[in-house]
Amino acid sequence: MLAALWVMAGLAVVLGAVLGFAAVRFHVEDNPLVEKIDAILPQTQCGQCGFPGCRPYAEAIASGAADINQCPPGGEPGIRKLAELLGKEFKPLNAEHGAPKPKSVALIDERLCIGCTLCAQACPVDAIVGAAKQMHTVIVSECTGCELCLAPCPVDCIHMVPIGEKIGTWKWDPPDYSYGPTA
Amino acid sequence: MKPLFHFHGGIHPPQHKSESAGRGIVPGPLPKRLVLPLHQHIGAPARAIVKPGDRVLKGQMIGQPQGPISAGVHAPTSGTIHAVGLHGLPHPSGLHDLCIELWPDQEDRWIERQPIDYRTEDATRLLDHLRNAGVVGLGGAVFPSAVKLNPGPPGGVPTLIINGAECEPWITCDDALMRERSGEIVEGILIMRHLLDAREILIGIEDNKPEAAAAMRKAAAASPFPMEVVVVPTIYPTGGAKQLTQILTGKEAPSSGRSSDIGVACFNVATAYTVHRAVNHGEPVLSRVVTVTGNVGQARNFDALIGTLVPDLVALAQPRDDTDGFIMGGPLMGHRLPSLDVPVVKAMNCLIATSPALFKPAPRPMPCIRCGRCAAACPANLQPQDLHWFAKAANFGKAQEYALFDCIECGCCSYVCPSHIPLVQYFRHAKGEIWAREREKRAADIARERHTVREDRLAREKKERAERLAQKAAAAATPTARDGAATQSKDDALRAAIERAKAKKAEIVPKNTDNLPPSTLSEIEKIEARRAQLRKAATKSLDESED
Amino acid sequence: MTSPYITQPTSVNALMLRVLGALIPAIGAYVYFFGPAILVSLLLASVTALLCEAAMLKIRRYAAEAFLVDGSALVTAWLLALSMPPLAPWWLVVVGTAFAIVVAKHLYGGLGSNLFNPAMVGYAVMIVSFPVPMTHWAAPETLAAAHLSFAQDLRYIFAGILPDHLKLDAVTMATPLDTLRTQLKLAHTLSEIRRLPIFGTVGGIGSQTVALMYLLGGLYLLSQRVITWHIPVAMGGALALASAVLHGIDADHYASPAFELFTGGAMIGAFFIATDPVTAPTTPKGKLLFGAGVGVLTYCIRTFGGYPDGVAFAVLLMNMTAPLLDAYTQPRVFGHAEKETPRGTPQ
Repeated sequence: MLAALWVMAGLAVVLGAVLGFAAVRFHVEDNPLVEKIDAILPQTQCGQCGFPGCRPYAEAIASGAADINQCPPGGEPGIRKLAELLGKEFKPLNAEHGAPKPKSVALIDERLCIGCTLCAQACPVDAIVGAAKQMHTVIVSECTGCELCLAPCPVDCIHMVPIGEKIGTWKWDPPDYSYGPTA
Repeated sequence: MKPLFHFHGGIHPPQHKSESAGRGIVPGPLPKRLVLPLHQHIGAPARAIVKPGDRVLKGQMIGQPQGPISAGVHAPTSGTIHAVGLHGLPHPSGLHDLCIELWPDQEDRWIERQPIDYRTEDATRLLDHLRNAGVVGLGGAVFPSAVKLNPGPPGGVPTLIINGAECEPWITCDDALMRERSGEIVEGILIMRHLLDAREILIGIEDNKPEAAAAMRKAAAASPFPMEVVVVPTIYPTGGAKQLTQILTGKEAPSSGRSSDIGVACFNVATAYTVHRAVNHGEPVLSRVVTVTGNVGQARNFDALIGTLVPDLVALAQPRDDTDGFIMGGPLMGHRLPSLDVPVVKAMNCLIATSPALFKPAPRPMPCIRCGRCAAACPANLQPQDLHWFAKAANFGKAQEYALFDCIECGCCSYVCPSHIPLVQYFRHAKGEIWAREREKRAADIARERHTVREDRLAREKKERAERLAQKAAAAATPTARDGAATQSKDDALRAAIERAKAKKAEIVPKNTDNLPPSTLSEIEKIEARRAQLRKAATKSLDESED
Repeated sequence: MTSPYITQPTSVNALMLRVLGALIPAIGAYVYFFGPAILVSLLLASVTALLCEAAMLKIRRYAAEAFLVDGSALVTAWLLALSMPPLAPWWLVVVGTAFAIVVAKHLYGGLGSNLFNPAMVGYAVMIVSFPVPMTHWAAPETLAAAHLSFAQDLRYIFAGILPDHLKLDAVTMATPLDTLRTQLKLAHTLSEIRRLPIFGTVGGIGSQTVALMYLLGGLYLLSQRVITWHIPVAMGGALALASAVLHGIDADHYASPAFELFTGGAMIGAFFIATDPVTAPTTPKGKLLFGAGVGVLTYCIRTFGGYPDGVAFAVLLMNMTAPLLDAYTQPRVFGHAEKETPRGTPQ
């Protein structure tokens, strides 16, 4: 009886030591949760989620203050990824925060621009250049299509242009077939 | 006799070469309209240097190469530029791209041709000449030849392989070229050898083209530099550059590198021909041999002007009434033309007229039974049955781990699949999806960084404003603060100057960054990153100077 | 639709038909040596399989016109029928086949998705659940104490009624492997046992010829490239090697390699069952390891285990390892170094 107890206790100690060693030895340095969530968010910085940028929203999700379905630019794929990361149930996009739109960039009508700099101040990624009383322009390759520059413009000279498909970025559709009966 | 090697897998589809082979190359039409895409090659598109209304001569450059990897575009005949605008391209997407439309004057007047002597000419000038002449790989990859012919470090590329395998069914344009213009091909090979300083020249031809092999042997025998015509077994895809290299040398081009890493350069026979025309005759690439075959009455090889619209060309071959479309390229790697209103381009080696009888619709796909025939047929030694599973489940990371990007899309797996699964389409889709996600991720990273930098700047400015206000308040309180105010305004002036400079700098962000090849884009990104660091360093030192 | 626009004239259906065709010589030999009762099992199994398949396809909303004729259900049915005793109550083969098709095949995802070989699942379930009828094998015609006519076969199979004067023992017999096991337990030496009338030149009377026919059928499948050589060679080789070692040490208690290869389910297992592509690995190395595993496990179960034959359990055990074997035996990709992980970055 005593021997059995000793054996069990000994085993427990040894196995515990092995597990403990493995936990230390093979420890994987993990990104903090906020980083991981931020990496999924599209970085549009549009604020449609109700937070001033993607990172604050990521922090809010991590702390449980915000739901995962508040990001229209991320769309359903984004929500799915967040649901998978956080082990939550997928839910459709919350319509309060807007609907997904085709990816667009802002374009300033340079004939109308009066150089008020309001749009440049509104741009979350500094993608609008131009000094006071000088015509402004959008750096297309940096524009995230957040639309934050539209509202401040006093002369309504900014509009969104959808990014059309180009041969260089065109991609094949996946095959489309089913095993079901032919209709 | 040279010992031959094997590549893994391969298939033996029905050849269908006899329909068009051995019937000679006939000139294509000189139509009323020519449409010349500015992006017919890998790399940066050429820049249009003509405008509507301009009169151009045959051989005159109308699109100038730009960027390190590019090639020129030329007027294939004399005439008037009608438009520079969007036109449909022979691309599976059916999307439009920038083209120059030329209305020939039917006089076919040449510009003054400037042949050069490659033996005495400086290599850099020779390469520039080829680049301007629009010489690109005519085997289908359309990679600018000048880039490949630049041997880089001294020592050159020891082995020059000339690809006359032409392994896809139906296509006979290289066969015809080798039969009729073997001497000129050999001339071109000599120029390539000169540039690469190659010591061994191997011309690989499949054994289903004995006439072409004989003609090439005869021409090679007359060459001042020894070159060996090697007849290789007919097995698809022998014509793949990597596969032919392996058959002839036993060497495998590394997955992550170039074939020059193993001392091999491989060029198509038609490319060698255009090199000869460009150098020895001063004639840029204005036409190419196109096989028109399939469901036609007169299957032939045409020497068609680049820019000829497909209907103008195929009419000469008399398509039959039940023709329901055209495939550009071969039946294994080509693609159906979504529209016929597209021009002949440098990559177009073959047009196959299809009919429901000749190309039966694919049977309905069944589930994969893991029979492994695809893996046995795969020349890259991949496991298509696993890749298909990952691609179907959108598990793209796993697909990459299983070497998806080593797939050459040759179609062997789809060809042998008893379940008729469109494997290649799965792989093409997965590759496109991965590229798109990479692009998105890069864009998101940039946006995140710019946003962070902006937030930092705003915070700093706020702090500075607060400090200034505090200082002003202090200055108002003590009369001896004038000195301090003076330094402050000096600081302000300095900062304003820096801000102005910064704004100016920001303004000269290049706007021509659209449509650049990924390599150039990544280069720009790197430069931008360095600039950002410098900027950061500059602001930092400014902050410090305030302390 | 993208290229290629041409495909080889082949189909799942064509592959399965070749497998069925390759079984026909063995079925002929079976009938010749053991009587026509096997034909009844084959028919019962086929009808059950097709009915179950049709029902499952309907429930899963799959196109019956494509999937019912793919031949895969028939292959499962035939392999199961050939693995079970022919003179057995009708429900034995019906329940086994239904289990194989409904549970082992369709509940795991149907054609191409099942982890375990359906025929072997059916066999294993039946031998565990009904050990007694599953071990009453028809005696070879030359050895049976009495002969049943085909009508009498049918009466027994469907009604369980034997002619008045007969007991089941008169028409059935233990299999050679079963006999060997029992006799060894009775402390007889192998040379004594081999003199018993049930044994022929290599294996059992009759069954050795059936095994030879399986071998011929397998060679046909090899020639048609329906299967590759890896699994049969590795399984046969491992079985032969394992038995050769022990036979070399103690010839009195361990049977020879030839005996092991030509008795029981070794041949049908090597060429028809272990080679089922869906449940086996696909890489060449993986196939070799898989085949060798089946061979060794078969030998161990036969020699040291509780069941007379071990092919079914060996195959099922190795089926579990197939995904892992595939993952660990990926061949070197063109242009890659021998050892290289992880692979591939987008260009």
